[in-house]
Amino acid sequence: MTQTNLKNSVGVVSPQRAHFPEPLYLESGEVLDGFELIYETYGELSADGSNAVLVCHALSGNHHAAGFHSESDTKPGWWDTVIGPGKPIDTNRFFVVCPNNIGGCDGSTGPSSLCEATGEPWGSHFPQVTVADWVETQKRLAEHLNIQHWAAVIGGSLGGMQALEWSVRYPDWVSHCVAIAAAPGLTAQNIAFNEIARQAIFSDPEWHDGNYLEADSNPAQGMALARMVGHLTYMSADKMTDRFGRELRQGSFDPQDDEEPVFQVESYLRYQGSQFVSRFDANTYVLMTRALDRFDLSARGQGDLTEALRDASAEFLIISFSSDWRFAPSRSQEMANALLSAEKRVTYSDIESDAGHDAFLLDDANYLALFSAWMGRVAT
Amino acid sequence: MMQRGDIDTIVSWVPEGGKVLDLGCGDGELLHRLQAEKRVEGLGVDIDPANIIAAVSKGLCVVQQDMEDGLLNFEGSRFDAVIIAYSLQVLERPHAVLERIVSIGNEAIVTFPNFGHWRSRLSLLLSGRMPKTKALPYSWFDTPNIHFCTVADFETLCKDLNIVVVERRMSSRAGLLAQLWPNLFAKSASYRITRR
Repeated sequence: MTQTNLKNSVGVVSPQRAHFPEPLYLESGEVLDGFELIYETYGELSADGSNAVLVCHALSGNHHAAGFHSESDTKPGWWDTVIGPGKPIDTNRFFVVCPNNIGGCDGSTGPSSLCEATGEPWGSHFPQVTVADWVETQKRLAEHLNIQHWAAVIGGSLGGMQALEWSVRYPDWVSHCVAIAAAPGLTAQNIAFNEIARQAIFSDPEWHDGNYLEADSNPAQGMALARMVGHLTYMSADKMTDRFGRELRQGSFDPQDDEEPVFQVESYLRYQGSQFVSRFDANTYVLMTRALDRFDLSARGQGDLTEALRDASAEFLIISFSSDWRFAPSRSQEMANALLSAEKRVTYSDIESDAGHDAFLLDDANYLALFSAWMGRVAT
Repeated sequence: MMQRGDIDTIVSWVPEGGKVLDLGCGDGELLHRLQAEKRVEGLGVDIDPANIIAAVSKGLCVVQQDMEDGLLNFEGSRFDAVIIAYSLQVLERPHAVLERIVSIGNEAIVTFPNFGHWRSRLSLLLSGRMPKTKALPYSWFDTPNIHFCTVADFETLCKDLNIVVVERRMSSRAGLLAQLWPNLFAKSASYRITRR
């Protein structure tokens, strides 16, 4: 943490834990006998509890959305560009809650936690959870924190799907809903990318049918490969050309040279893959991608998205990024149009950006200005 | 914008509490006024990011899209008024947009600068060059205003498109003259139109 980082930062934060002993009835029909959530909060909850904002994380995110974990920490939370004093989710105004979802691997109950019944890690036996299940757990966390209403529920990508689900599942709870680089459901192409990632994991001999922890192992190669595929789809072709071109990281095309040529982009993807392995659990990756695949907001309206949104009472902000091909602008437009048809209050903008899907995490002047401007209407 | 003369007319025409679509809403000044004075349920459409940010800052709902892409997403909607204020002349196919707006709105309100105004005519006649005014200061080659028309042109187009003029109001310092000979004396023209 440096002085420059501290500017507009929530500063040093500590995660908290909450245990929920009541059983959780999952959409799959399975029951989780209680669960634990790790979460962070930023800002102060007002006396009447009217300024609470829920931030939902995406596929590989967690509860650490903003600030630093220690004075020497150099890497801020995943959405530090957006959350902090004077930022779009202004911690001078809002009390921000961000949990790690169940099924995750950063402290909330998930495949790498111990199953009380067996005394072993859950591994592949952890039940498949859904976006709706996450909403249920987030609601319990709200009640635990004495929150009865969200001034706003906000998320990007898979997090945006949770925000949308909140708006129709508990309309009375949500007065503002922000879904950024999200979609009402994945396309076949999008599911296909997730399936390739899963197959990469499954084909690793260290996978052990998902029970690698018991085998004291880790499907690291499969995970790295899964992440490489995923990461590639979060970037735009133009941005990759800009950043890597055909530059070599090492070696050359000279036949005299003993060193094999390695492109910058190869080296970058390998690095991303290996970094991910050290911080993420393979079962969680499989579970999260399946939750993504299975989310279908229109199902609530028997396939009719407008019908599905009928009950929502929130005002919506929908944002897409022009070069995002994983969650293309057309999917956000579909969402915005369904909201218009359902006669909801909605603002939609497609932000010009070459950063691909990852743009929602990055510092883009128009994006942050629009986000800040819109949040001004969220009464606290 | 407030000197333009069409804004007060638009505000007076929009029904109290109505559902309003403002195409090319700009920074949202008009919609903001309509919300304050007529308590309308307003939605703005614009393509410029800076305009969208400005309009959103005023608490408005805005959708970023090109109004010339068919407005197909408003197919099922029914607006009490669809407004095109001073942006008809920037459209590539103004006739196509006019046809659309009378189909998605019970009524459309269209305002534009009158290119038939005597100053424009005189300027072209005397200088032999495309007129520039304080309100429209562009040169012919860089102007966003690619489809100027006169009051007479607009009314002919409405007739051709089977669009009915419900009411028109001319704005000018020339007062009575603009009412009598609008094509010559109106600086800007405001129309309430609907589908036959």
